Amino acid sequence: MSEPCEDRILLLQADHDGELDAGRAAELATHVATCLGCAAARRDLAAVSTRLRRELPYHRAPDRLRAAITAQMAPVAAPPPPRRALLRRQIPAFVAGMAAAASVALVVLPRRGSDVAEQVLGSHLRSLQAAHLFDVASSDRHTVKPWFDGRLDFAPPVRDLAAQGFPLEGGRLDHIEGRAVAALVYRRARHVINLFLWPSHSLRPSEPAASTISGYHLLRWREGDMVFWAVSDVNLAELEEFVRLWRAAT
Amino acid sequence: MLPRSAPPPGLEQAITGNLDAAFNLARWLLRDPSAAEDVVQESALRALRYAEGWRGGDGRAWLLQIVRNTAYDWLSRRRARGEVALEAPAGDVAGPLDDLPDPAPDPEAVLAETQAREGLDAAVAALPVELRECLVLREVEEMSYRDIARTTGVPVGTVMSRLWRARRALAGACVEGTTP
Repeated sequence: MSEPCEDRILLLQADHDGELDAGRAAELATHVATCLGCAAARRDLAAVSTRLRRELPYHRAPDRLRAAITAQMAPVAAPPPPRRALLRRQIPAFVAGMAAAASVALVVLPRRGSDVAEQVLGSHLRSLQAAHLFDVASSDRHTVKPWFDGRLDFAPPVRDLAAQGFPLEGGRLDHIEGRAVAALVYRRARHVINLFLWPSHSLRPSEPAASTISGYHLLRWREGDMVFWAVSDVNLAELEEFVRLWRAAT
Repeated sequence: MLPRSAPPPGLEQAITGNLDAAFNLARWLLRDPSAAEDVVQESALRALRYAEGWRGGDGRAWLLQIVRNTAYDWLSRRRARGEVALEAPAGDVAGPLDDLPDPAPDPEAVLAETQAREGLDAAVAALPVELRECLVLREVEEMSYRDIARTTGVPVGTVMSRLWRARRALAGACVEGTTP
């Protein structure tokens, strides 16, 4: 088996990681075309990365940790609690307290961007940036829907719109307004559409209403006992089309 | 402890918006979910305290640098107390804390997933911590070399060679391991 050229190993890797400029990448490609060792090393790199990205678990922050840190940042945090003791002993009680006085908690935890639209957009952007678009990657709604069982206190409807040009790509747990919500991920050409949904307090249906923040479009509507938010960087007409198709599908 | 004045605009978002990344890194460095919670919580406090080091932006590399330093402090405290070895001995893939239950919402699903992934997972967990952190930041967080260098406090060249050593070790494990 041929070995890669010793002096090109890190170049091969930098190319693999998208860190080479176009000129050096082209030079390297010319070399790899005639060097069996370097070609094999490049394939190995791709194979390892593919497996890691597909199989390594992403450990998301537990809800109680998120709640504890959010609470920490509240300006009213009277005398700061002892740090190390706080975590496992006091937090369950603290979280329970927050739940019991949810309305109070909302008042004492004013957060910038607490507006739902901004939270939805924030979740959308994080899902793109953190390389964590899915918890379950599948275009099969019969795979995505059951994945949510036991992870949410409601059963989100999952629909595939592949035939209409909006293929389902997967699903993810996310958090909006401090509650766990379902995020369904769809793709339109190279754009990602996140559809967030969670049970609504109001049973009154509402038609889609659009808003735009920083160039991203959001459409929200209520249907059945759920509230829906679709967000993407596709143009508004396409997002409206997506929402129309989604609502029409079963 | 906490700063008396309100933190600069965007700082809280930089922390809360990157909590998953923070926990994931801590979890991979420490291989212990409850220690990772402690470390992330302590990191959030440090982040608020060292707010002047924050330069805006999405803050991920900045927060992860704090998480990484806090995690290393924790590891060296643990080592100083002699509780467990810092690293699993060579050839011993499972760390002493690896069989602690993970406080996940759905233990059965997590267990099934863990079993399916055990080969690769264990191989990553067995890497020396300085290789493991580069690998996780690149492959899981998809950070640039520059951001990884900033987070880990080493030059870009060192990041590149550590990443290469980690991948070469795993390429061996991938071949020997059970590829599904």
